[in-house]
Amino acid sequence: MNTKTAKRKNLSRLAIWTMAWTLSTALATFGSLFLWEGNKVLTALSILLNVGIGVGMVLANRQFLEDSDELEKKVQLEAMALTLGLTLIVGIAYSIMDSTNLIPWDAEISFLVIFMALFYMIALIFNRKRYL
Amino acid sequence: MRAEKKWTQEDLASAIGVSRQTINAIEKEKFDPSLPTAFRIANLFECTIEDIFEFGETET
Repeated sequence: MNTKTAKRKNLSRLAIWTMAWTLSTALATFGSLFLWEGNKVLTALSILLNVGIGVGMVLANRQFLEDSDELEKKVQLEAMALTLGLTLIVGIAYSIMDSTNLIPWDAEISFLVIFMALFYMIALIFNRKRYL
Repeated sequence: MRAEKKWTQEDLASAIGVSRQTINAIEKEKFDPSLPTAFRIANLFECTIEDIFEFGETET
């Protein structure tokens, strides 16, 4: 299998796992509200399913990185490192802002997830411009 | 050296198992290749690594 075919295959696999994880997150979040109305066994099972698919998604991402070309790997890993570092800093700062009542609303984890996704995309675009 | 052999970046990339973008970045000195890739390139051109790459303390 050549490099391009392997990359396309790994990207497709990663996209499928990511989509499945997103759907299982929606199921775990809204299922107990609208589908099984608070049944704790079903809620626990849906969360287990969500975690299991999440692990699959992480492994698919690792496979994608392992099979990536060395420059692509560098671009991806630098973007991930920047995202991890900034998410830690912003997350702690956001939490302090909440605990010291500097912000009138509760610090939600969803904010961090959105921040990570957006910053990772920006870092990828920046790195691609830098190296490619 | 690649141009002398009339190879495209895609030809060279396929021969050593990296992407065309990697070859482009190496040629533009934006990216330092790994040691295995440098050896593969040198082997392909039947010369030493030093004939192709020169060491410099520049940031990539």
